Amino acid sequence: MNRKFTGDNVFKILAAVIAASAVVILIVTAYTLVSGSVPVLQRFGLGFFAGTQWNPVEGREIFGALPYVLGTLVTSGIALLIGVPLSIGIAVFLVEMAPKALRVPIAYLVELLAAVPSVIYGLWGLFVFRFWIQNYIEIPVSNSLGWLPIFSGTPFGLDVLTAGIILAIMIIPTVASISKEVIGAVPNSIREGAYSIGATKWEVIRHWVLSYGRSGIFGAVILGLGRAVGETMAVTMVIGNTIGPAAIPTSLFKPSQTMSSLIANGFLESTASLEKSAYIGVGLFLLLLSLIINIAAHVMVTRVLKVKGGAVE
Amino acid sequence: MKTAYTIVIAIVAIAIIAGGIVSYSFLSQPATSPSPSPTATPTQTPTTNPTVAPTAVTLTGAGATFPYPLLSSVITQYVNDVKPNVQVNYQAIGSGGGISALKGKTIDFAGSDAPLSASDMADVPNALHIPETIGAVTVAYNLPDVPTGLHLTGQVIADIFQGTITKWNDPAIQSLNSDLTLPDKDILVVHRSDSSGTTFIFTGYLTAVSSAWDTAVGQGKSVAWPVGIGSSGNTGVASVVTGQSYTIGYVELAYALQNSMTVAAIQNPAGNYVLPTLEATTQAAQSMASAGLPTGAESWANVNILNAPDAQAYPIVSFSYLLVYKELNVVPGMTEAKATELVQFLWYVVHDGQQLASGLEYAPLPANVVQLNEATIQSITFNGQQLPTS
Amino acid sequence: MINNYAFRKFKNRLFFVLCLACVVIAIVPLLSILYEVIARGAPQLSWEFLTQGPGTIGVSAGGIGPAIQGSLILIGLTSLIGIPVGILSGVYLAEFGNNRYASAMRTVNDVLTEFPSIIVGITAFSVVVLTMGSFSAIAGAVALSFILIPVVARTTEESLKLVPNSVREASLALGAHKWRTTLSVVLPAAKSGLVTGTLLAVARIAGETAPLIMTVLGNTYFFQGFGQPMDALPLRIWRNALQPYPELQAQGWGAALVLILIVLALNIGVRLASRGRFRK
Repeated sequence: MNRKFTGDNVFKILAAVIAASAVVILIVTAYTLVSGSVPVLQRFGLGFFAGTQWNPVEGREIFGALPYVLGTLVTSGIALLIGVPLSIGIAVFLVEMAPKALRVPIAYLVELLAAVPSVIYGLWGLFVFRFWIQNYIEIPVSNSLGWLPIFSGTPFGLDVLTAGIILAIMIIPTVASISKEVIGAVPNSIREGAYSIGATKWEVIRHWVLSYGRSGIFGAVILGLGRAVGETMAVTMVIGNTIGPAAIPTSLFKPSQTMSSLIANGFLESTASLEKSAYIGVGLFLLLLSLIINIAAHVMVTRVLKVKGGAVE
Repeated sequence: MKTAYTIVIAIVAIAIIAGGIVSYSFLSQPATSPSPSPTATPTQTPTTNPTVAPTAVTLTGAGATFPYPLLSSVITQYVNDVKPNVQVNYQAIGSGGGISALKGKTIDFAGSDAPLSASDMADVPNALHIPETIGAVTVAYNLPDVPTGLHLTGQVIADIFQGTITKWNDPAIQSLNSDLTLPDKDILVVHRSDSSGTTFIFTGYLTAVSSAWDTAVGQGKSVAWPVGIGSSGNTGVASVVTGQSYTIGYVELAYALQNSMTVAAIQNPAGNYVLPTLEATTQAAQSMASAGLPTGAESWANVNILNAPDAQAYPIVSFSYLLVYKELNVVPGMTEAKATELVQFLWYVVHDGQQLASGLEYAPLPANVVQLNEATIQSITFNGQQLPTS
Repeated sequence: MINNYAFRKFKNRLFFVLCLACVVIAIVPLLSILYEVIARGAPQLSWEFLTQGPGTIGVSAGGIGPAIQGSLILIGLTSLIGIPVGILSGVYLAEFGNNRYASAMRTVNDVLTEFPSIIVGITAFSVVVLTMGSFSAIAGAVALSFILIPVVARTTEESLKLVPNSVREASLALGAHKWRTTLSVVLPAAKSGLVTGTLLAVARIAGETAPLIMTVLGNTYFFQGFGQPMDALPLRIWRNALQPYPELQAQGWGAALVLILIVLALNIGVRLASRGRFRK
C-alpha cells in the first residue's frame, strides 16, 4: 500500500470538510446570538442578567433576565429532585432485579418516554396532567400548608410544580438509560465480593454498586439537567408564562417562566429591535448555560464509560 | 461485492423517498391551482378547470388572533366564490408577530389589534392602516354569590389591576353595587402573559381612565403588571377565571360571548352601566368613527375609540387593523399581479367581508370607516402604479 | 452496629418494591399520554380530517392535511440535507479520527447534540428567514438539520467503531483503497446500527416544535413552494392547543395522534427490525 492514491486523499479531505459542519453550526449560532444581543447588552450591561423587570412599552423599555434564569434553574432542579431517584430506581431494577424476560420490554417502555414529542407532553400537561396536579396535590397541600411561602399562591395547576414534574418525566429516559449502562459496567467481581461477605442485595447495591458508579451516575444526572434546561414546548404550555418580577419562582404553586418558554412565547411577537435583542440575549445565556452543563456531563460520562471498556469482559 | 453499496443505496433510497414526496406534491399541485394537493379530496374547493385558471397567487398574512375567525371565514368565502385562483394564508401568531413580520417584510399583510406605534411608523413609514373590524374587551369575574350584575367604573378597574383595591368588599366597589353583598375576600387578578392586542386595548382603556395607571404602567401589548397571575391567551385567562373563585380578568368580547362568561357592566361617559354586547360595541364604533379619523397613511397611534359618548355605547372598544405597505414593491417577491390580488382581497374584506361579521359576533365596520378604507386601499401602488380594486 | 437479619431482609424487600414502584411511576405517564391521545384523537380521524385544509370556525371542521404533508416534506428535506452530511462527518470521526482536529469536532458534535432546540430556531430565523425575506419550508429544514447532523454524526461514529479492525485490514490487504474500503466494506458492515440510529434521529426531529415556530410559520394551504410558509404537525398541535375554540383543540389532539403514530412507527419499526442483529 505504498502507492499514493489521490482518491484517498480527496475522500479524507472531503470527509474532514464535512465533519467541520458541526463547527459551522456552532459558529453561526454563536455569532447570531452574540451579535443579536449586542443592543440589549449595550443598553443595560450586565444589569440585563441581574434585572427583574421586563417592560417592552415604548419609552419605558427595561429588560432583565433574572426571573427566567431562576425559573429555568428551579424547574430543572425540581425535575432532578423527582426524576433522578426514579431513574436510578429504574436502572437498578433493570440491571439487578428484573426477571430476564421483563428487562427488554421495560427498558423499551422507558425509552419510549423519550420518543414522545415534547409538544405532546405539553398538550397532555395542559389538558390532563395539570388537573391531576391541581386536584390531588396542590389543592390539598394548599389547604393545609398554604401558609408556607413555598406553597403560597392560588393552585391552578399551571405553575412551577407542574412544569418541574413534566420535566422530571421527560428526563427519566436519559438519566435511566445512562445509569443503566453505568451500573451494568460495575465489574461483577465487586458484587461477588460483597455477596460473599453476606450482604443483602440492597446493601450490595447501595454500598458497592452505586458508590462504584457514582461519578457516571452523576454525569447522567448532569446530562438530564442539560435536557431539562433546554426543554421548551412542554414547559411553555404548563408553566403559566408570567413576565417580570412576578415570574420569579418564589412558590411551587405560582406561575413562572423559563428562558426557553420566554423565547418561545415572545420572540416572534417582539416588534421593537431592542425587545428582540433582549430575547436573543436570553437565548445567549441559555446557550452558555447549556454548553457548560453538557461539557461537564460529557467529561464525566466519557471518563466512566472508558473505565467500563477496560473493566468488563 | 454484492452488498457493497447497500448502505449507500439505503441513504439514496431515503433521499429518493424524500424527494418523491416533495416532487409529488410539486407535480400534482401545479402552483397555478388552489385545488388541494394529491392527498386532498376535491370537495375542499370548487373544482376549477385548470385551463381557465389565471396565474395563481398566494397572499401570506400573519398577526392578531382576535380577528382570525372572521378573517378565516372571509378568506374561505373569497377563495370559494370570488377568486378561485388566489390562496390567502393567514396565520394567527399574535399582533406583535404580525407587526414584526411586516417590518421584516416576510409577509404580504399583517393583522394587528394595536396600531403601529410612533417608533414602528418611523421604521416603516410606508405602512397603511386598514381597520377591518372592531374589538371589545370584557371584564370577566368569578364571584360564587354574584352570578350576574356587577357594576364597575374604569377607575375602580384600574385600581383593582394596579393592586390598590385588594378586597371584593372594598367600599369603592361596594358603593357601585349597593344591591349586592360582596364577600370579604382577596381579589385575584388574572392577566394575559403573552403579548396580545387584547392587552393593548385593555391597558389603553386603563391608561385613559386612570392617571395613576398611566404613570405607573402605561399601555402596551404586554406590560409590567403590578399584581396578578399571568395566563396565556384568552383561553388561559378564561379558564383561570371560570375555574377559580374571586378572580377578575379581561377577555375578548367574541370569546366571552361564545363561552357565556360572567362579565361586568362598565360605566360609560354618559353615566350608564353597559354590558358588553355586539350592539353596544357597534354603537361605540359608530359614534366615535364620525369624530374624525386619520387617513390610512397617517399614524393611528393616538386613535382612540374608547369611552364613546353615546348613551348605550360600551367603553372598552378598539379597531383591529390590517397593515400593508403603500408601495408594495418593497416586499420581496411581490409582482404586479400579486399586488393587484392583495388590493382586491383587502377591498373584499372591508366590503362583502363585513356581512359575515355579526354572524360570528364581530361588530361590522361603520359606513364612514369603510369609505376611509376605500381611499386607503385605492392609494396602494406597485412601482408607483395604482392598482384596480376589482 | 449489626442489624438483625430479619430487618435487613425487610429492607431488601422494601428496596425491591421501591424500585418496582419507580418503574410503575415512570410508565403511568406514558400510558396516560398514549391513552389520552388515542381517546381524544381517534374520534377526529376521518378521510376529511387527514386530507383537507383547515375549515372555517363554526362552519366546517376541515382537517390537518397541510400539516401532515408539511411534516413529511420537512422530514424528507431535513433527511436530504442532514443524513449525508451527518454520515460523512461520522465516517471522518471514526475512520480518520485520531487527531486533535477530529477530537475537537467530536466534542463540538457532542455539545450540539444537546443544544436547546429553541436556540436553533433563533439562528435559523436570523440566518434564513430574514435573509430570504420569507418564512419558509427551507428555513424549517435548515433548523431541523442543525439538530439532525450532530446526532447522525455521533451515531455513525459509534456504529463504525463497532466494526472490527480485521474487516478493514482484510479489505486493505486485498488492495482496496481506504475510501473504497470505507464505503464498500465498513459502512455496510455497520449497516444495521447506522440505519437504526439515523431513523431514531429522524423520529426525533419529526416531533421538534420550537424551531418551527420561528421558521415555517404555518399555512392553511398545501405545499406552495420551498420558499413559502408551510404547515407542520407539531406546529399545528401547539397553535390549536392554545386556541379558545374547542373544535380546534380537538383537532390538536387528532394531529397529536397522527404525529405520535408517525414517531412511534419509526421507533418500533426500527427496533423490531434491528433486534438481535445489532449489539445493544
